[in-house]
This record gives sequence, C-alpha cells and structure tokens, in this order.
Amino acid sequence: MLTYIIRRVLYAVPILIGVNLIVFFLFFIVNSPDQMARKILGEKNITQEDVDNWKIQNGYHLPLFFNTEASGDGHFTETIFFQKSAKLFLFDFGKSDTNNIDITSQISQRMWASLAIALPTFLVGLLVNITVSMIVAYYRATYVDFWSTIVAVMVMSISQLFYIIGGQWLFGKMLRLSPISGYDSGVDMLKFVILPVVIGIISGIGGGIRFYRTIFLEEVNRDYVRTARAKGVSEAGVLFKHALKNAMIPILTNVVLAIPLLFMGSLVMEAFFAIPGLGSFTIEAIQAQDFAIVRSMVYLASVLYIVGLLLTDISYTLVDPRIRFG
Amino acid sequence: MRRINIEEVPLFTDTNIRCCHGLGAVRNRTYQGVCVSPINFRALLSSRCFIVLMVLAFFLSCGVPNNPYPKSEQDEEIYYSTFAEEPKHFDPAVSYSSDEYTFIQQIYEPPLRYHYLKRPYELIPLTAEAVPQPRYYDTDGKQLSSDAAAASVARAVYEIRIRPGIMYQPHPCFAKTESGVLRYHDLTKADVKGFNEIKDFPMTGTRELSAADYVYQIKRMADPRLGCPILSTLKDYILGMEAYSAALANGQEAAAFPGVAVVDRYTYRVILKAKYPQFIYWLAMPFFSPMPKEAIDFYSQPVMKDRNITIDRFPVGTGAYRIETLLAHKEIVLVKNENFRVERYPSGGEPGDREAGLLDDAWETIPFIPKVVYKLEKEYIPRWNKFLQGYYDSSGISSDTFDSAVTFNDTGDPRASEALKAKHIVLRTSVEPTTIYLAFNMLDDTVGGYTVEKQKLRQAISIALDYEEYIEIFLNGRGVTSHSPLPPGIFGYEAGETGINPYIYDWDASTNRPVRKSIEAARQLLAEAGYPGGQDSKGNPLIVSFDNTWNSAGATSRLTWMRNKLEQLGITMESRTTDYNRFRDKVKNGNFQIIFWGWHADYPDAENFLFLLYGPNSKALRDGENAANYDNPEYNRLFETMKNMENSPERLTRIREMNRLLQRDAPWVFVYHPVVFGLSHQWLKNSKPSALGRGNFKYLRIDASQRAESRQAWNQPIVWPLWVCLGLLILGTIPAAITIWKRERQAKQAHIADEASEN
Repeated sequence: MLTYIIRRVLYAVPILIGVNLIVFFLFFIVNSPDQMARKILGEKNITQEDVDNWKIQNGYHLPLFFNTEASGDGHFTETIFFQKSAKLFLFDFGKSDTNNIDITSQISQRMWASLAIALPTFLVGLLVNITVSMIVAYYRATYVDFWSTIVAVMVMSISQLFYIIGGQWLFGKMLRLSPISGYDSGVDMLKFVILPVVIGIISGIGGGIRFYRTIFLEEVNRDYVRTARAKGVSEAGVLFKHALKNAMIPILTNVVLAIPLLFMGSLVMEAFFAIPGLGSFTIEAIQAQDFAIVRSMVYLASVLYIVGLLLTDISYTLVDPRIRFG
Repeated sequence: MRRINIEEVPLFTDTNIRCCHGLGAVRNRTYQGVCVSPINFRALLSSRCFIVLMVLAFFLSCGVPNNPYPKSEQDEEIYYSTFAEEPKHFDPAVSYSSDEYTFIQQIYEPPLRYHYLKRPYELIPLTAEAVPQPRYYDTDGKQLSSDAAAASVARAVYEIRIRPGIMYQPHPCFAKTESGVLRYHDLTKADVKGFNEIKDFPMTGTRELSAADYVYQIKRMADPRLGCPILSTLKDYILGMEAYSAALANGQEAAAFPGVAVVDRYTYRVILKAKYPQFIYWLAMPFFSPMPKEAIDFYSQPVMKDRNITIDRFPVGTGAYRIETLLAHKEIVLVKNENFRVERYPSGGEPGDREAGLLDDAWETIPFIPKVVYKLEKEYIPRWNKFLQGYYDSSGISSDTFDSAVTFNDTGDPRASEALKAKHIVLRTSVEPTTIYLAFNMLDDTVGGYTVEKQKLRQAISIALDYEEYIEIFLNGRGVTSHSPLPPGIFGYEAGETGINPYIYDWDASTNRPVRKSIEAARQLLAEAGYPGGQDSKGNPLIVSFDNTWNSAGATSRLTWMRNKLEQLGITMESRTTDYNRFRDKVKNGNFQIIFWGWHADYPDAENFLFLLYGPNSKALRDGENAANYDNPEYNRLFETMKNMENSPERLTRIREMNRLLQRDAPWVFVYHPVVFGLSHQWLKNSKPSALGRGNFKYLRIDASQRAESRQAWNQPIVWPLWVCLGLLILGTIPAAITIWKRERQAKQAHIADEASEN
C-alpha cells in the first residue's frame, strides 16, 4: 500500500503544477498586473507611477512566464509564475496582495468556522439522507416511494439561497428561535450554527435521498439479497444489515471525497450567515482580485481533492477485502 | 404456500423483550428479522423527541433565543453596527476608503475636522489650536497679502500649533521598563509567542502628542514603498516632497525635506510650492494624522511582521476610541480611549438641530458610549432584519426594502413607514457630496467635439434622458437631479432659477421649479445637429455606444430605459457591458462614446468637482480624472484662477461662468446627487449623517435600558409551530410503522408457509 500511496503522491505533482498553471493563466487573462494594482490601490488619484511602485513592492513587475532579460534559469525563475507558484509546493502561501496579511494564519483561523458549519451539516445530513433513503427504498414501488421521489426532486430543484433566506425569515425573524446571522466561538457558537446546519441538511436532502435510494435499490435486486430473502431474512434486515454493508463502496466514494473539501466552506451559506470561514475568504479574494489568496485557495482545494481521492481508494480496502492495490 | 393464522405469530412485545436481552440468545432468523425494525423506529422516534426537547430547552434557556449577543451585554451602552467588507488598511498613510475611515477616524486625529452638526460643512480645529491661516511669499521671499494673486505666490506657509496635553491611547509601543527603556522594542520570537493582537501585550504606556508626530507622518507619506495614494498629488504641492520621495526610493533615509519642519514641541510648519487654499481640507483627512515614531519602530520589528501585527491593522492614536478586538473577518470592537482628553458636545448646529434633539447634550463631556461593536454582515437581508429586531442601532435602506420602510407625504417629503413608526424608528436624509454623470468622450468623432452642432447633439441627448423619471423608477426618489457638477452644500451650488441648466430645463414660475424641456425641443436640437429623426444626411441611423459595468440582473431594466429614451429621438443605443477592469481600460484609452460614472468629494470645495473637467486632467491624454477629456481653453483659464481663490463673490462669479460653459458644451449629462436615507432606533441619540467627517462615534449616546426593553418585547420566541411539527411527525410515523409491521408479518407468514410446504 505504501508504494501505491507514494506513486499517487508523485502523480499529484504534475496535476498541481497544471492546476497552478491554469489558475495563473485564467487569472491573468482577465486581469493584467496593472489592472490588479489599480483595483487594489483604489479609484482616486492613482498614477502609473503608483501602479508601477505597487507592482515592484508586490513582485508583479516581472514577466508572466518567460523573462527574456534574464539569463540561464532566470528565464523561468525570474517570472511571476515561478516566484508566486514555487512556494505553494512548500505550503508557504505568503501574504495577501490587498492587505499584506499572512494567508496561512488566515486559513488556520477561518478553517474552524467553516468546519463548525460544514462538519455537522455533513455528518447529520449523511445520517438523515441514508436513513430516509433506506426507508424510501423499503417502501419502493409504493406511493411513499413515488411521493418521496417527487418531493426530493422538488427540494433539489430549489436554490440553496431560497432555503437560506426562507430559513432566516421563518426561524430567525418570524419564530425568533435563532439568531438570523452571526458567529461566535466557544459555547456561544451553538446558537449560531443550528440554523445554518438545519438549512444545510434540508437543502441537501433532496439530492441525498435520490443518490442513496438509487444505490440501495441497486443492491436490493442483487443475488445475495435474493438469497437472504429466501433464507427468511426480513425486508428491514435485508436493507439495514446486508444492503447497507454492501452499498458502502459507492457511499464511501461520495463521502470520503467530500470530507477534505469540508475545510473549504460554503460560499453562499457563509456570506448570508456572516460566518467567517474559508468560503467567504475565497469569494472576497476573487472580488478584490487578490491573486495571492485565490491561488492559495485553489491550490489548497486541489491538494484536498487529491487527498480525498487517495483516502477513498484506501477506504475501499477497509470495506471490501477483495480489493488490493497493485 | 398457505397463509398462517395471525395467532401463530409472536407478539412485538415478546420480541422486543428478547431483543433487549440480546439477539445472541435467540438465534431464530425469523424473530431476528421481526425485531429489528420496530425497535429501531422506536429508538429513532425517542431520539428525535430527545433532540427536539434539547433544542427547545436550549432556546428557552437563552431567554430571547434570537439574541446574537452575550446576555452580559444586555444593559451595556454598546453601539452595534455592521460593516459589509473587511477593511484593508488602518494605516492613515495608506487608507483611502470610506469604510476604513469609519474606524480610523475614531482613532486618529488630524489637526482639523468638520463640525459635527453644521451644514454646509465647516472646518474647525481638532488637535490644532486654530484653523491655520497661510502666509504667502513671492520668489524673493517677500511676504504677500492673504488675497495675493496665485501667480505671484512662490511659497505658502502653514504653521499649525497643536494643543498641549493631548495623550496617546495606552499602547505597548510606549511601554517602558523601570529603567526607562522601551519595553517592547527589542523583541524575540519567544517574546511574542502566541501573540496575535495588541491586547496580548501585558504592558502599555502613553505619551503626549507632539508636533514631531505630524511631521513624521508627512515624511512617511513621501516614502514610495509605503504606497500612499495621494503621494503624487502631494508631490505637486509640498515643497521638496518629490526629491525627498526619490531619495527614499534610493535608500537615502537622511535626505532633506524642506517642505515640513518642527518649529517647537507643539508647532509644525508645512510649506507649499504655490497658493493652494484647499490644503486646509487635506489637514482634516486621516493622511495628516500624527504618527508616533515609537509605533513604527515597534511594528517594524521582524517578529511583529511575522505575527502579522502591523500598523496597518492596529492603529495608535489620540482619538476618543482605540481598537480592542480586530477580527476583520468577523468583528471589530472599539473601546473608549482611557487617556482621551476632556471634550464637549457641540453647543450649536444648523437650523432644526435643536428641534431634532441634537443639541440636548450640548456641553456634555464626550464620548458617551464606552464600546462600539461592528459586526461583519455581507448580505443586506439579514442585516436589515436584525436592525428591525433591535440588534443593530442604525441602518441604511436598500431598494428591496425601500417601499416597506419609507412613505412620502403630500409634499413629496419622505417619512418612515407606519411599521417603522410603530417601533419609533427615526428616518434621516442627507444629500451626499457626490455627483453622478454620463460623460461623452469629447475626443470621439460622433459625440465629441466643440462645434455648435456637437453641442446640440449632446444637449438633445441630455434632454431625452429624463433623469427625474430615472430617480423615481430606479432610486425610489433617492436623488436630486443635478444642473452642474456641484452638489448641494458645496460653495458655488445654486438652487432655484439661477442654478438651473437653461439648455435642458425651463423655469416654471408657477410651481417655482425647473421643468425639463420637451422631447420635441430635443428632436429640434438633434435636427439642427445634423441628425433629423436620428439620421445623418446620408440616411444612416445615429448609433451611439454606452460603456458600462451594469452586470447585475436589475441592470437590464436600466439599460432598456436608456435605450427607450434615446429611441424617442431615433438614436440607437448599443450597450457595451463589461467588467470594471476593462471599463477602466477603455476610459483610460479614450475608447468609448458614453460612460456612466461618479465622483465623491474628498473635501467640500468646488475645486474638487470642477477639476474633473479641467483639460490638463484628461484621462485619455494625461491619466487624470477628466474622463470626458473635455478641454475648453476658456474653462481651463477660469479653473486656474478659481481654484486658488478663497470663497468670495468673485469666486462665485467664476464658478457660474464655468457652469454655463459646461451646460452649453454638455460634456456631461448631469445626472443626480445621491440622497442617503438613514434609519436609527429611538434609543440612539445625537445621530446625524455626515459624509465627510466620520469620526462621530464620540457624539452618539445609547439609552441601553430602553433598548433592552424593546428587544425583549420584539423578540419573544414562538414555539408552538415546533410542537405542531413534532405532533405531525409522530402522526406520520404511525401509519408507516403499521405498514412495516404488516409487511413483516406477511413476509414471515409466507416464509413459514413455504417452509411448511417444503416439509
């Protein structure tokens, strides 16, 4: 397994370089360093001299990919791409372009706020989704199944924004059961996370039911289930014991892949609930054209995604002993 | 297969008992299957009840469960407000945004400020003894009179004397050991381990404000590495700043800077290269705040930079407040500066202030509020709802909630709606020192140029674009149509018949108000411009392009409105919507015909608006702020003489002449000056909008007991819907449980029948 993991880690290097290259390319197609500087410096009284000065201070005065004025390795190393990207591989995210704050410390601070919402939403949502979809699968081909599917499609067709605004209006404004928005640390956090977590679960339940119901229905038609039934195992026993266990591979694929990305937070949820997480951090950086933060967050998301894929593969061996790494 | 008798099947209770004692004891597959589902559902049911009860218990224990603040703050006189974007800079040499000024103007004190209540805005001393009067000198060093012609002035000297006894806030940069050595100026990594904020430093100190601190700050602004946004402007005015800045860029820290000097402990001098009366307005901006050298030395230590503790995040000032908590991604908390001097609430204001209760606290010692809490709220809807619940003390009004918040009386004056009046919410309005305009590119072959025909073309378009209607439809009336670049409250602005744009409006003596000329008049002008019916002499339709950044969904209706208005003249408008970067590039390169833009005053002087059309400030040609690239020699001449004049009848005459030229040439369609609508709760006293002076927290007062009572009354939780939902859930579970029971029983019966038939 160790060899497999090392191989996968090595595969990740060109992928991460590619991701960096694409982000860099896309960012600077939309923004030149001059435009970045003008956006960050503000509207009034900004001269080209100010712009040039800002670029020098922040290392954007170099050519993008190839430095014709340098010699030797300098052709490539004395470029914005190399200077800004190389350190990412050491997880040195550097300082923000807009206000010079340390990006690593911001990530480590904000990550917890994102997790405070994302983790309970994910875990409770998973439990609810699997339970409800098993019940729906249990009632397959009945009116319960039919209406559950219709409701699930309706729920997943509605924008998450609707649930957020509706939830804030109903629970925060009308029933006054929860703060409309906000965030705090410690025990006080609880009153702020309940509403976004409930909304997160409700807004995700439609897609979850549809996905897991399909998995369970696939399983209940397999031979081993027929055998179990023939042996007299009840329907509930078939579902909750046999089918659930065998459905773990597709469930794990979905679940383990999502776990690392929980750190990245939710863009909309965090904005509406004023949660100071990584989702809002990223969206602010995009709006402010802060390339340092954008590239760091994209890089981090790529790394987490690759880690998620690796963990998924490893988890297969845990739930299915037949799987071996070649 | 046969159906077996129901009596043959074991009862659930029996099965449950077995299950409770462990399945291992009963290895009958049939029983195992039967027992699993009912007991799980019951467990599920009971766990749901438990969760709901826990949640309810939590809510009920909170008193008012939607209160976002700790219970301990309930009766404290804390001012709560919001910010929508994280402030980027708190260094007064770098900060240039109104959002940031909201905070730093509570902390930093430049020598001058604007009177809190008086309008038009009036400059008064803040830390200075008096508003400085410049002394003018000619090239020979001979002193000139105060009304000397600008051309004869070679030096303008400002001597600013500050008041003694003003102390800095408690700050670790001033902390000293018993031996008198600065305690935190030689820090190691170990010394600041775990430190993230200023309050992590256990020791603080203070010292008296001195003139040297102001001089030090001006020198800081000259450093090109710092990125002061007004450096290029200041270099044009302050003597020797350009050379000093260049020297600093080359690392020559000890270079001479003759433009600023310390005269004595409480006096400093600034020398300008020319007459520039607007300089005193700069002295009211945070750029010219004092900066203690100890603070910069303290923050410049590498270990402090590593910890991200910088002057750009943690200001050091003499103002009424200091930053206690800075979590820009969540909240910013200011507390009263313990070392703040005795200062009194103003005793005079403008007419109506006394009736509005704004002078009730005259001569009282300020600040009243010990703590200010600003919460990050990115979205308007939650912010608005929390304001209505009493959790924020003041709020603006967006278009979405305007109709529910504001009504207009018979005379068209805005009033708070009945719903807001029921909560005793107060509405205040003020015209912003801002001008919004459509600029024609005067370098463009079609819409630009200075011939009579081109003037008439632009005048025709100006008439057709009925901005009274625009303000009603798209701004809910929150704007005043403009007739010149100058907004109300700025010297040179004239209301009534004398101030109207005669090319676009007629004066209606019966109603005493301007009336926009008819669309027929616009068509006539267009025909005289060579485009009868919107077509040129060859029959080609007149097509104009409108460059904008209107990307939002709501912008489509605004574009349609503009298109329809121009179609009345037969003109086709092509919209070129783009992102702001591209838009700026187009403006910078002069690659546009018409754009929509605006300008917010740096200071309340006509020069700060009229320079937007001064020829040498052309955006396309000289990277200035004249986006229309208007270049009329007569206007330029008038501007050059007007800009250095004191406000006087002669200056007013010049401004009138300039306005007339602009109205005739029409390089802009004068659109509107925004009107800001602000709401505040009854418990917030002394609140008055001020677009220029933002260091106003010290004047505000909170009636905390009234606020606590209102919050309690407005936010009683409604729990019964939860009980209804719980009941429905239980009711919904019963038929499901019955169905499961029936199914299992049938399956079991069928299985037993199968086994029986096999046997």
